[in-house]
Amino acid sequence: MLRIFHDTHYDFIRWWKTAAILTAAFVIAGLGSLAIKGINYSIDFTGGTLMQLEFKQPPNVADIRAAVEASGVNNPEVQQFGSDREFTVRAQDHRDISSQGSGAESVAKEIENALVKKYGAGAFTVKRTEAVGPRVGSELRRGAALALGISFLVTLVYLAIRFEWRFGVAAVIATAHDVLTTLAFLKLMHLEVSLTVIAAILTVLGYSLNDTIIIFDRVREDLKKKRSEPLYDTLNRSINETLPRSVMTHATTFLATLALLLFAGEVIRPFAWVMVFGIVTGTFSSIYIAGPMLLWIERKWPRHGSTAHIPSAASDGQRLAREARGRAAPAAASVTPTKR
Amino acid sequence: MKLSYRIALILALVALSVWMLVPRTVKERRLVNGASTVVEVKRVPIKKGLDLQGGMHVALEVDESKGTVANKSDAIDRALKVVRNRVDQFGVSEPVVQKAGNDRIVVELPGIDDPDRARDLLQKSAYLEFQITDKTDALVRSLPKLDAAAKQLAPLMGTTAKASTTDAAGPGVTTSDKALTGLFGGDTSKKAATAGKDSTPNDTLALAGQGIFSRSIQRGDMPGEYYVPSSAYDQIAALITRPEIQAALPPRKVFRWSNDSVPIQGTTYRMLYVLDAEPMITGEAITDAKPQQDPTEGTVVTFTLSNEGGRVFKRQTSAHIKDYMAIVLDQLVMGRPPIIQGAISTRGQITMGRRDLQAAQDLALVLRAGALPVPLKVAEVRQVGATMGADSVHKGLMAGLLAVALVVVIMLVYYRFSGFLAVIGLALYVLYTLATLSGFDAVLTLPGLAGFVLSIGIAVDANVLIFERIREELDRGKTVRTAIDEGFRHAMPAIIDSNVSTMLTAAVLYQWGSGPVRGFAVTLIAGIAASMFTAIFVVRTLYLLWLQRKQGAAQTVSI
Repeated sequence: MLRIFHDTHYDFIRWWKTAAILTAAFVIAGLGSLAIKGINYSIDFTGGTLMQLEFKQPPNVADIRAAVEASGVNNPEVQQFGSDREFTVRAQDHRDISSQGSGAESVAKEIENALVKKYGAGAFTVKRTEAVGPRVGSELRRGAALALGISFLVTLVYLAIRFEWRFGVAAVIATAHDVLTTLAFLKLMHLEVSLTVIAAILTVLGYSLNDTIIIFDRVREDLKKKRSEPLYDTLNRSINETLPRSVMTHATTFLATLALLLFAGEVIRPFAWVMVFGIVTGTFSSIYIAGPMLLWIERKWPRHGSTAHIPSAASDGQRLAREARGRAAPAAASVTPTKR
Repeated sequence: MKLSYRIALILALVALSVWMLVPRTVKERRLVNGASTVVEVKRVPIKKGLDLQGGMHVALEVDESKGTVANKSDAIDRALKVVRNRVDQFGVSEPVVQKAGNDRIVVELPGIDDPDRARDLLQKSAYLEFQITDKTDALVRSLPKLDAAAKQLAPLMGTTAKASTTDAAGPGVTTSDKALTGLFGGDTSKKAATAGKDSTPNDTLALAGQGIFSRSIQRGDMPGEYYVPSSAYDQIAALITRPEIQAALPPRKVFRWSNDSVPIQGTTYRMLYVLDAEPMITGEAITDAKPQQDPTEGTVVTFTLSNEGGRVFKRQTSAHIKDYMAIVLDQLVMGRPPIIQGAISTRGQITMGRRDLQAAQDLALVLRAGALPVPLKVAEVRQVGATMGADSVHKGLMAGLLAVALVVVIMLVYYRFSGFLAVIGLALYVLYTLATLSGFDAVLTLPGLAGFVLSIGIAVDANVLIFERIREELDRGKTVRTAIDEGFRHAMPAIIDSNVSTMLTAAVLYQWGSGPVRGFAVTLIAGIAASMFTAIFVVRTLYLLWLQRKQGAAQTVSI
């Protein structure tokens, strides 16, 4: 029987402070830049025009930009998209669009005309056009925020019913952490927040929650057995026991995501990137956010009649040291589990 | 559940799934020759979203830049009628025209990648006319001239007719309508002449003569009304737009198609009208129209005209008592023209007889559409070229196959025999998911495809959970049989809780997402349901089957 990470006794929770500092630094870096420059919304949310063009001959980016600007678009964004003959043009700020209240797609027509004038008809083809009016954009933004909020709420309620509220809150905080780190990741990777990316974020949310639930399920099971050990140890043991599963599942999901990233094309790549990062942050938060949060909540609002399980209110350093010592003994006793 | 029942259930679901996915001839309501008809199409019954098959998604909203519109919802209802009419003229397969929210119309045009044409057609305001049907038999009298003109145009028109077929068929779709192959030579008059016997009592004789017009057109029930078999529609439609043909008609007469078609003994007929070119009145004169149920007269539509319009209309109607008045919206005759019973000034009603209220509502909408042109503007356009759509499908499949291959290898290497069972489960998972998508008529979008690939990785999670539990139970010294039972039992709460919470997230996405994202949510939900079933039920059954074959002698299990 091929086994990885079998019967491990890592003290995961012990590193929670280091983990918290790391993730806080990452989130602060990302959100700081977000606060300064704002969220990099795609035209789905801001309104604007996106065109994907394929040229017969590799063109000069500056030329395209100049041509598009000449058509009346302020600061168009021209980017290579895949091969050196494919480009996307983003126009969010057209001189006329707001004043005239004209149709959303007329800008696309103007851009196309300008490019035809520059390169001649037939020198390029428009492979994709997306044009979103400002009102639709703000509606979609509201819809996305609503979807995120409601999914938090629904999750909280479900977990509160199936587990109990402490678990629910810890899991939701862990997933909220994932949303924050993912936003930071998007910012640091210069990825746009589009509808598809929102879908990816929600998937990450589900995935991370999944992972948290698997660990919490173990904790729930162990708590039922009424072992007289601190929750700290129960958590650690649960994480260790579910470690082989975590590694296997993350591996298969990661490979599927990798396949998407490499082969599914440019359009879906931002989605794949968010998923790749999501697997990392989801795994991390299930162990280092959900776990310590549960401990913290237990200490603040102890479970009725189970105060014995709760670590005393001593300072964290002392508590960790004591628990590390306490755990060493039973671990040594069962150091070589025999295969039966 | 007994083992044999379990196997039967699995096999039944497999059979059902395969049946769901076999390319088949399906009857669909779609557009052929510009008219909505039921045609037969052969395809794998999974709908592809616009981002995968290419096409245009347009959202229109009321343009209030030139003044506010009082009742937006009603304005949109009226505009919807107009937009639907115009989309029908596009000749794309499976167009979608629907009201979204209170103040928006969503139009989806698969296979169309000309935003200009779409905008022009969708945005212009409606034009309504009342025109008297021709009672001078103008068409019959001009038949020789029409046929002669058509003959001269024949070499030219052949190509036009062909071009419009490809337009109508759309990408990746084969229409079984072979109508156009036999044009300018096929004998359709015989079929048409025998066709109408029972449903059109009046005059079903084919008009005499040899040309295309003589062969294809038959007289209808009222003056100026003619039936054209849908097989000849394309050709006739292309012809009557030509000035040469128009010139062959007497002056001040025009051809107008009806928006309706009638099936008579298996052949679908479009109505063609010859009308007096000069309208009695145009839609601007109409101020209101309402559907009503009248106890004596049945369903009626009452309409009100402006004072000035009423004066003109009174003069016109008194000159045309007992004539038929065609209601023409955007050059299409709406329904059968009603007969004028007397002079009408500012208030009139159209009696619909036994037709239901829906028909009256539709007609009232048409009249109001002409009454108040609602300016529409484009709020959102998403257009994907057909080649790009095909490219996305291709890449998505590549990624999917690679993901499957990698996951299969990992499972086989790590779990050996049990991994093999999981792989069987995975195969069924793919089958069930696709069948579910087909069964619920879900639309597969690009994010949906990505979600599906991703779900292949996630789908084995339940298996992994179970296998790891079985391993733990074996470690505790349980027998193989007990270990398997306990493994499944202990893994269950975690599997259920994690999947249900993911499904709740997906449901939220479905409810508040739009377009492609919705497609993603649907794929996710179908995938979760299928993966739970295969991991929990199918793999369990496979274990039971294996245990039974070993007849209790299983000392070890390869896991």
